Amino acid sequence: MVEAYLRRGPLAHRSLPSRIEADGPRKSAAGLWLAWRPHRAQVNLRGDASDAAFIGAVRQAIGIDLPLKANTTSGGGDVKALWLGPDEWLVVARDGREGDLAAALRQALAGMHAAVTDNSEARTVIAIAGPRARELMAKATPLDPHPRVFGPGACAQTVFAKAAAIIDQIDDAPTFELYVLNSFADYLWAWLERAGEEYAIAVVE
Amino acid sequence: MLLIPCPYCGPREEVEFACGGEAHIARPANSDRLSDAQWSDYLFMRKNPKGVHYERWNHARGCRRWFNVARDTVTHRIYAVYKMGEAPPSVTP
Repeated sequence: MVEAYLRRGPLAHRSLPSRIEADGPRKSAAGLWLAWRPHRAQVNLRGDASDAAFIGAVRQAIGIDLPLKANTTSGGGDVKALWLGPDEWLVVARDGREGDLAAALRQALAGMHAAVTDNSEARTVIAIAGPRARELMAKATPLDPHPRVFGPGACAQTVFAKAAAIIDQIDDAPTFELYVLNSFADYLWAWLERAGEEYAIAVVE
Repeated sequence: MLLIPCPYCGPREEVEFACGGEAHIARPANSDRLSDAQWSDYLFMRKNPKGVHYERWNHARGCRRWFNVARDTVTHRIYAVYKMGEAPPSVTP
């Protein structure tokens, strides 16, 4: 865990907070709302999905059942789990929870064939929302963003404008949260501003 | 562009994948007693068929799992996708 005092997100130099639009005519005129959600607890978890003891221990440690269906999420209150692979998940929560989540998981999974890794500093989150968000997703990724195949509760790892990203649709607005590696974040933000120009962009909270 | 059905994630576009070449090549157990010719045969010589090819793919930008694909090298048609360790299905083009 990095000292909060020293912490600086990968888009800090863009002074995004000064561009935030409050709810109002300028925000509603925009087709695309972009938000940077800089820090989030992200714990990578690996283990045997077919082992009931493993699933039970995780439930006991973090209070949610891991999603066993490919490309889905579970939880969503304080703690959320994203399916990354048949034996791999990303447990996310608000900034600051990484230490206690990882410790609780390690303690519950002691002696089991499982791995818990705090990856919170690897990725940052960019949220894409607004009435034209699906059009932008279609332009950026090879996924089909149509609601019949991708909706709230769906997540996917794919390429977003050629950069590796984890996409999580969090609501029907639609709002997509993009987990991107810190080193790609500046490139992706620049790409989003350029590619979203035709829809009119508002930076939001 | 191929649409490859990952056995874990479902159909995804080829840009998310990396091809790992011919599948089902077992490393010789007695590698210390092989001649150079036999060793280079294991390392380098491949079937390169015109037709059905059994090959390994990795869902590199997705779930990062390896799996096998039976693909026609002429038409690019994918006949079967199966997990690592499973026997190759017999395929009639």
